[in-house]
Amino acid sequence: MTDTQAAPAASPTAPAKAPAKAPGTAPAKAPAKAPAGPWARMRRRSLRHGGVMFGAIVLLGFIAMAFLAPLLAPHDPLSQSLSTRLIDPFWGAKPHPDHLLGTDQLGRDYLSRMIYGARISLTIGLVAMVISGVIGTAMGVAAGYFGGRIDHFVTFVVTTRLSMPVILVALAVVAVAGSSLTVVVLVLGFLLWDRFAVVMRSATRQVRDHEYVAAAQALGMPVSRIVMSEILPNVLGALIVVATLEMAHAILLEAALSFLGLGVQPPTPSWGLMVSEGRKAMFFKPWLIAIPGAALFVLVLAINLLGDGLRDVMAPEGRS
Amino acid sequence: MLGFLLKRAALALAVAVTVSIISFLLLRASGDIAVAVAGEGATEADIEAIRIQFGFDRPLIVQYFEWAGNALTGDLGQSVYFRVPVVELIGERMPVTMGLGALALVFAVALSIPLGVAAALRPNSIIDRLSLWIAVLGQAMPSFWFALLLMLVMGVWWRWLPISGAGGFDHYIMPAIALGYYATPAIMRLTRAGMIEVLESDYIRTAHAKGLGTGKVLFKHALRNAVIPVVSLAAVQFGFMLSGSIVIESIFALPGVGHLAWISLQRSDFTVVQGIVLMLSVIYILMALVADLFNAWLDPRIRVA
Repeated sequence: MTDTQAAPAASPTAPAKAPAKAPGTAPAKAPAKAPAGPWARMRRRSLRHGGVMFGAIVLLGFIAMAFLAPLLAPHDPLSQSLSTRLIDPFWGAKPHPDHLLGTDQLGRDYLSRMIYGARISLTIGLVAMVISGVIGTAMGVAAGYFGGRIDHFVTFVVTTRLSMPVILVALAVVAVAGSSLTVVVLVLGFLLWDRFAVVMRSATRQVRDHEYVAAAQALGMPVSRIVMSEILPNVLGALIVVATLEMAHAILLEAALSFLGLGVQPPTPSWGLMVSEGRKAMFFKPWLIAIPGAALFVLVLAINLLGDGLRDVMAPEGRS
Repeated sequence: MLGFLLKRAALALAVAVTVSIISFLLLRASGDIAVAVAGEGATEADIEAIRIQFGFDRPLIVQYFEWAGNALTGDLGQSVYFRVPVVELIGERMPVTMGLGALALVFAVALSIPLGVAAALRPNSIIDRLSLWIAVLGQAMPSFWFALLLMLVMGVWWRWLPISGAGGFDHYIMPAIALGYYATPAIMRLTRAGMIEVLESDYIRTAHAKGLGTGKVLFKHALRNAVIPVVSLAAVQFGFMLSGSIVIESIFALPGVGHLAWISLQRSDFTVVQGIVLMLSVIYILMALVADLFNAWLDPRIRVA
């Protein structure tokens, strides 16, 4: 109901309303009418940006792999076989056609474990990112919008969080609460909100002083609606960038926790855990650590390139 | 300046108190300490006696103040496993961690400042792109994986360096590279941005115009100013490195505080873990405070804000 009242007053200045128009503009006509709206412009620039394209394609590839794991994996990732232990991958000395990436010390198919491992990394990355994103955005937007005491308080909380050693606190909490996928996700989600809070705070401060926010305030809109319909859509760009970077951060931290034995527990195929398990034989079978490590590296690289690229793509809008 | 100093110090103190409350609660959440102190085979009566002897039966807030008072006088309790004061355990290992952190920082600065300056001098050149790629690849590499690869290549294949333990200086080189590499992207980006900004400023043009040599302009006038924010970033990065040392020290079996934290976690020796959390946090808070004060001393604009 309030929607229809407030929309006409707010829309002329708020680029937030643009997404609705964006899908309508065909890419082919793009050069003819350049200012088709920020989202269409952004999409066009993204398609030309190498980092964004590489990141998006690789990330989608990993997501597809995680979803289709049962179809793609040639073997059960957990089934052990004493007779087929430590088979070399296809480029090694004694490969086996059944096991493209070889097998581990327990004779489990490495390729299948790698494919299922994508589920762990992506789940933890996404869920931890959403939890920390909600916490950090709420804190940052509140601090940026209200300023004053709330701002001081949020700054204090962020400073406190930053002063604590993340890995050690995460390890300690997991050790106390017991290690499981759920605990790891929650711990990371509740630890990694600092960058969201810092970035959202400064983005909100920039948006707060715009005329359309003043207009919404003058119309008597409740704060919750101003935040939802005027502030959030305009800090969305910065939010997406931080979200990608924090997802990468969470994936790396989960891998480190699992590597140290206080993350996801065996026999779950987590890439960090696989590096840790392969470590005992790494001097003779270096691929045991090379393969899962490389997968983590490529996934995190893709997410970071996507995030950095999106920042480049959105930068001109941010300045206007 | 005095007002800024007091305000900033008060914030640091408040943060330190909050961190101490969190680490106090961490130990309490880890389970019944009386049972842990009593050890295996203790009877119900023994545990009860210990509970009263150590005062675990009193209100939490009383216990916190007592613990915090002891912590201020340098008493962080006893390790359940080693049966030695926690402060002693940490004290013995702190030089290893500090040495590792310092060496890692030296490595990071030695790599990132020249690259950052070179990149700033010729934006979009090959060296700029190369340094950008070093940063991007470095941020994506899991630290433990990077450390293991170093170990494999430099330790086993090439046999350059020892792969684990603490002996001489050579034992610190690989861990320092593994730890320091993660600080390079941030320092490099900041150096590059600072240098580009400074090189565009009027006083650099003046310096060129009055006929100063390029080297003198670059190093005496430009770099000095560009490096100011890098100093405070480096201080903060040093704090992050102390946290990262847990992974690196446990991989290279370097007997520092991080290694102690890792083995204590495995033994559920939470008094030690608590002490380390508190210690590392306080060091970070002090580093950040020093960095801020240093910046304010150099740049009067900060003091007013």
